[in-house]
Parts: sequence; C-alpha cells; structure tokens
Amino acid sequence: MNIALLLEMAADAAPDRIALVCDSKRWTYGDLLAAARGAFEIIQESGVDYVALLDESSEASMIALFGAALAGVPYCPLNYRLPDEDLAALLERIAPALVIGDEERVERIAGSQGHTVFARELFTLKAQESWPEAGDREYDPGEGIAVQLFTSGTTAAPKAAILRHSNLLGYILGTVEFASADEADAALVVVPPYHIAGISALLSSTYANRRIVMLPAFEPEAWLKLAESEKVTNAFVVPTMMARIIDKMSDIRPDLSSLRSIAYGGGKMPREIIEKALALMPDTGFTNSYGLTETSSTIALLGPEEHRAALASDDPKVRARLTSLGIPLPTVEIEIRGEDGKVLGPNEAGEIYVRGEQVSGEYKERSALDAEGWFPTRDAGFMDEEGYLFLSGRADDVIVRGGENMSPGEIEDVVLTHPCVGDACAVAIPSVEWGEAVGMAIVPREGQPPPGEDEIKELVRSRLLSSRVPEKVVYVEELPYNEMGKLLRRKVKEILAD
Amino acid sequence: MKPGTRLKSAACDTEVMVIRTAGGTIECGGAPMAEAKPAEAAALSPDHSNGSLMGKRYVDADNTYELLCVKPGKGSLSVDGVALVTKDAKPLPASD
Repeated sequence: MNIALLLEMAADAAPDRIALVCDSKRWTYGDLLAAARGAFEIIQESGVDYVALLDESSEASMIALFGAALAGVPYCPLNYRLPDEDLAALLERIAPALVIGDEERVERIAGSQGHTVFARELFTLKAQESWPEAGDREYDPGEGIAVQLFTSGTTAAPKAAILRHSNLLGYILGTVEFASADEADAALVVVPPYHIAGISALLSSTYANRRIVMLPAFEPEAWLKLAESEKVTNAFVVPTMMARIIDKMSDIRPDLSSLRSIAYGGGKMPREIIEKALALMPDTGFTNSYGLTETSSTIALLGPEEHRAALASDDPKVRARLTSLGIPLPTVEIEIRGEDGKVLGPNEAGEIYVRGEQVSGEYKERSALDAEGWFPTRDAGFMDEEGYLFLSGRADDVIVRGGENMSPGEIEDVVLTHPCVGDACAVAIPSVEWGEAVGMAIVPREGQPPPGEDEIKELVRSRLLSSRVPEKVVYVEELPYNEMGKLLRRKVKEILAD
Repeated sequence: MKPGTRLKSAACDTEVMVIRTAGGTIECGGAPMAEAKPAEAAALSPDHSNGSLMGKRYVDADNTYELLCVKPGKGSLSVDGVALVTKDAKPLPASD
C-alpha cells in the first residue's frame, strides 16, 4: 500500500476542504492531489533515484512527498542548515536526484553530481500544470521505500534511515481515525521538513482531514500571531521553541482560546519550562511525544491529563512523571534491556528497545532489528512500576568509569540545581586510571558569578556517589545545540579534550 | 492476493484496500469482490447490507484478514459468509 492513498482518500472525501495554508496561500485536498499527480509526471520523466528537498517547508514539501510516493521514488528532505561540505556529501549519497529548492547552492556544491534541480516556485507551477486529465497512470504499489531521512548525527556521522510505506501507514492507520477532524481544526506545523515529526505531521493531518498551517521558519512572535489568526487548534513544537514562545508571552498575549493541544518532543523538555507552560496556558492540553526517525515518529506519550495530575501531585514519584516520556502506544511494545540483553524490571536503567509495525529500524546499509524484530534505540532509560518511561540519555553517552556506568543526565541534573549554573553537560573524558572519567562543561548563569570548580565538585559529592564527581570542569559561553535543540555531545567532548 | 490490492464490490460502490489476507473469499454485499467490476452488478444480499464506511478498517475474529475501506457503499464486508467487524484506530491526543 502506498502512503499516497492517505491524500487520495482525503481528496475523495473532502476535495474542497482547505488542506494547507502556507504564506497566506490556501490549497484544497483536490489541489494538492492534482499537484502530486503532476509531480509524478515530472519525477517519472527525470529518471532519478531520489526526490530531494533542500528548502524550508512549503506546499512543495507536501507535493514532493506524495508525488515521490506515487512514482515509487524515495523522498529525501535534506537539512539546509548543514555546512556546504556535509551537505555535498549527503547529496552525493543520493545522486542522481531531483532536487527541489536552493538551485544556486546545489549547482555550486554538487554541480558535477548529475542532479536535476528545480527552484520551489517552478516545481510547484510545473506540478500544477503537468497532470493530464485523461489517461490512466500506473502508480507505484508502495511495496518499497517511501522516505529516507539522514539522522542528525549527534554521536556519529549521519545514517540514512529508511521508512517503508508499510511503516508509515502502520503508524497512521493505527493512530489516526480517518476524517476525524472538524472543518475548523487546524494544526500549526513548524518543524522542518527533514525531521520525522515534520513528515508525520503532514501524513496524520492529511488522513484526519485537518487543515495544516505551515510556518516555514520558526520565530516566536510569528508563531503566536499565526496561532491566533488561523485559530490553530493543535501544534507541535520542540522544547527550545516552547521556551522561546513562553518567553515571548511576557510581552504579547494573543488570543489562544482555540489552541486545545500542544505536543512537544525531539529533545529533553526542562521541567521549569513545562511547568511555566502549564501555568501560562491552563486550558491547553500538553502532550509529550517520544519517538525516533527509525520508528516513524511517536512510540510513547505523556497525555494532557497526566501532565496536570503530575503537576498537582504531592507525591514526588507522580510529580517526576512530568519529565517522563509517558506510556508506550498500544500499537508498539517497549522493553528495557541490560548490557547482557536481559529484560530488566521496573526502575532498572538500561537501553530502550521497541517493536511494532511502525518500527523500521532500517538503514540503507543494514537493518538494526534483531531476529525477533526488536529495535535497539540507543536511548538509555527505565520504566517505573506503572509503566511510565523515563529517558536518561543516549546509550552512547554513558560514561564508563572503572567499569561503573553513569548517566550524564543524572550528574547534570544535580549541577543544574546550583543557582549560578545556566546550562551544563557531562561527557566522558579519557582517564589513565579509570579508562573514562566525568568531564563537565558549564555555562554560568547570566549576571551571576561563575561557580567555583570546587563548589561544583562538592555539590556532586554531596548528592551522588563520589565516582560521579567531575575530574575536569570547563566554563563556556554556550553549549553546542543543533537547530532542533539536541545537544551535540560529541562537540562538548572536543571542547573538553582541548 | 497481495497486500495493497484494491478490490471492488460486485453489488455496490464499496472499494477496499487489502491490508492482510489468507485463502478465503472476500465478499461485499454477499458477493465476491474482485479487482474489476463485473459487467452486470450482483444483487445486494439483505443479510449483508449494513453498509461499509470510508476509512474504517475491517477485521475477522482472528485478525487474519484486514481490509481498509477506501470507498463506502451499501454492502457490508465478509469473508466466506462471516461478517467482518470494524477495528478502531487508537487516536493519539493529536501529538503531531
């Protein structure tokens, strides 16, 4: 089955309903399906191996996604924020591709790779003109790859994660009721098109017949104004966006009475931020959704009632759930396993494993699934007695000091309680004596004196085992985050190595 | 028959996409479904005329068969005479 079916069904059931609002232009489901069929013609004619997008979100990202699906060519949106050298290397891995977007840049950095390049406006225009009203077309049956996404590479070089039509449809059909959205519903999509949350947002809203309101480049004031003017009902943000929106709300208070639900994910949400958000928007339901590129998006959720219950509770265990990933979806299975591969019990920390139809766990080079279909996420975490999942970091980030495993998050949480610490990151540093030891990078809080190294060490010693005490502390102006708010720990390691 | 095959009703407008299947006969309105519509429409059996709903998934008791209705109609879906039932999605609180 082909993911284009989602758009075909939406256009069949509600051809004149507004599907997409972008740069104040409105597209109906009928318009989008016609353009996707036009894109099929362009893609077929070009004879490429991939359809790539090097651009911000726009109608072209939807047309390209579904057009590529109809043609049976993998759709590969690329991160336009990458430096030239890294981007050229990714473009080479997908040559020859039909690239939509920054024509000048592709020509300059990958001119010899044999790509066919269309500027966004030209692609959209040609797609609208190309669909022959008459004539039957043989569209791809959807047995292969729908989407290829390069992982963000926070710990190593980007991997080409593959999502088959069956993975994405398994996710959508299992979690979205067809045509369930009211005509007034609108989802504000601000995640970039090369992120899995950006793909799943398009697919789920299409199948629900929910109007998508796109904000191509995030800016807190623009986000708030668009939410008000389009009477947005649902939105998805990454934690850094949430922090900036809340900050902005101290200056402007637009009418957000339509905003029923805000979901967030893609990185760790600081407790302080979510508590502020809950207080500022008492009528909005907050959902934390945890997922990976390799799992076609969400695999666990902390829902709105659970947020409010955790906030209101005096029980520290229940209150801690505010920073949990919630409960696994009923359509997937999740296990925590130790290093020896054995399944661990409640509150025992290990690696998060997941299995289900939506789980691809597949890279272009190899599949990471084990013989029983389980995917090792490389995320470290644990589950409490009631099945709430907690994340403690990437398994690759674990610091192993003299055979003892330590999660950086645990040490960071303690250091962050110091009033003069604005941000902190713990990483492994080489140690002759222990193999690895704890290195700490600290961003002093603005307007505060930087805390002394001894003070930091004493703070950790007073709260945790002495093995957690940092051997080396450095002070930096800021920590290296990528644009999705993910901390680039490998870069912190480089800083500490100097 | 492969998953992804599109089947049409001989008795009404219903069309389905096959998600999972086995050796039995998939029917709508009491008549076997096929990839092409027959020249002459089959009669709609009164025992199988509760209708099919667009976007609903239909399964048998063992979950061996699963069909996605992509065009609604008056006939209801069955396999070897046994009616299929709808399987609901488990909607997320609009997480994305």
